[in-house]
Amino acid sequence: MVGSEDSFRALLEAIVEVARSIFGARASSILLLDEETEELVFEAVVGEGEDRLLGTRFPAGTGIAGWVLATRTPLVIEDVQNDPRFARDVAEGTGYVPKGLMAAPLLHDEGALGVLSVLDRPEQTLFSLQEMELLGLFANQAAIAVDLLLKARKAEALLGDEQDDLGVVAKLASAVDALEGERRAAGVRLLDELATTLGARGT
Amino acid sequence: MSEVAAHSGAREAPLPAWSLPKDAVDRIALPDDWPDRVTREWAFGGSTGAGVRVCILDSGVDGDHPSVGGLESAVAIELDERDEAVVEPDEEGDVSGHGTACAGIVRALAPDCRISSVRVLGAKFTGSGGVLLAGLRYAIEQGFDVINMSLSTTKKPFAVVLHELADSAYFRRTVLVASAHNMPVESYPWRFSSVISVGSHEETDPLAFYYNPSPPVEFFGRGVNVEVPWSDGRTLTVSGNSFATPHLSGICALILAQHPELTPFQLKSVLYLTATNVGGGK
Repeated sequence: MVGSEDSFRALLEAIVEVARSIFGARASSILLLDEETEELVFEAVVGEGEDRLLGTRFPAGTGIAGWVLATRTPLVIEDVQNDPRFARDVAEGTGYVPKGLMAAPLLHDEGALGVLSVLDRPEQTLFSLQEMELLGLFANQAAIAVDLLLKARKAEALLGDEQDDLGVVAKLASAVDALEGERRAAGVRLLDELATTLGARGT
Repeated sequence: MSEVAAHSGAREAPLPAWSLPKDAVDRIALPDDWPDRVTREWAFGGSTGAGVRVCILDSGVDGDHPSVGGLESAVAIELDERDEAVVEPDEEGDVSGHGTACAGIVRALAPDCRISSVRVLGAKFTGSGGVLLAGLRYAIEQGFDVINMSLSTTKKPFAVVLHELADSAYFRRTVLVASAHNMPVESYPWRFSSVISVGSHEETDPLAFYYNPSPPVEFFGRGVNVEVPWSDGRTLTVSGNSFATPHLSGICALILAQHPELTPFQLKSVLYLTATNVGGGK
């Protein structure tokens, strides 16, 4: 079945923690696109702003993260302070304006689910192509985790909604799960037959 | 060059498209002024890109930025109420800074080329494959010598039309210089063989470029820690294939100013022969 939201969120946090550590950066975050409101939401944050940013949102059509999301291409910029407009997305609510930022899209199928950002690598190190590749690898890993998280949320929303027509599926599953022995086996067979009848098997 | 132009056949009555009659052989005689060894000196020594028309297909360009130094034209592609693409004069300028960065790189290499902007992204970075296609189609119709495309799309349904457009540019002597994606994903149009596809190297020489014997990426240009103009008159240091691409566009402008008769195939051959790892390192 689907995993829990908590475990996928923990995975996202682990990814940004490792990304921050590997790059020796001051902060790292994963932003997720909320398609309904067209906003980017901080789903995982480590380092600067971690206690305040989680869950905060900003319009998806702004900032470096917005650009990366729209063009589905990584971007690495130093001297971000030169451009307050572009630093706004990370500065808002924290008062922290990074000097440098690298961001990569979380690509899945043909779309972009969000953005992985790494802020303020050590000043003495010039950016290199090796880091670009590493950033891409982290972004791919994060995209897989985000995809799982979104699927888990969708499934939970569907099954948890008592008012929804399909809430009955959750009730059925719970009822069968509560049975024991032969009655449980019969219940599973019944659901199995139902799935076959509805064409949900063998695909 | 006038003799070369006459030989190229470009300004004469068109030859039959699919065959070569015996009496037409002389008309496709190639200019004999290619040296035994094509050098950078022959290819673009002393060139400033004068007269070559370069189009930046991007987020718009801030023509007033001192590092861009003016634009020949600027249009924006937008969708009307029926979702059809329309071409409007661009009142917005650069919505991100990305297009200005590309224009600045081209200008630094080819100071006398003529730069135009075709904006395919809206104020909130809104854009669509349809707008991208319409922008590219428009740019090809304008007959630009070079189109710099530091953008790509991952949407497969657009790939077929993009492929047709890339081929049509190729046959109309418009060189399409396209960014390879920085991540290992499929995107277009850089994967097509009718374009010049560009990835990044880490060196600081803007004229250093490498031929890649293992395509689909065919050339590597300077793309790491590049100082570029950005919107609002600012300057930033940026990295990515987006910025390697205009380096190759600028070099193409230098070559085309010197040798305007070159077809995209011939231009790509000159790039190969003068690449840093082929003949240009000496």
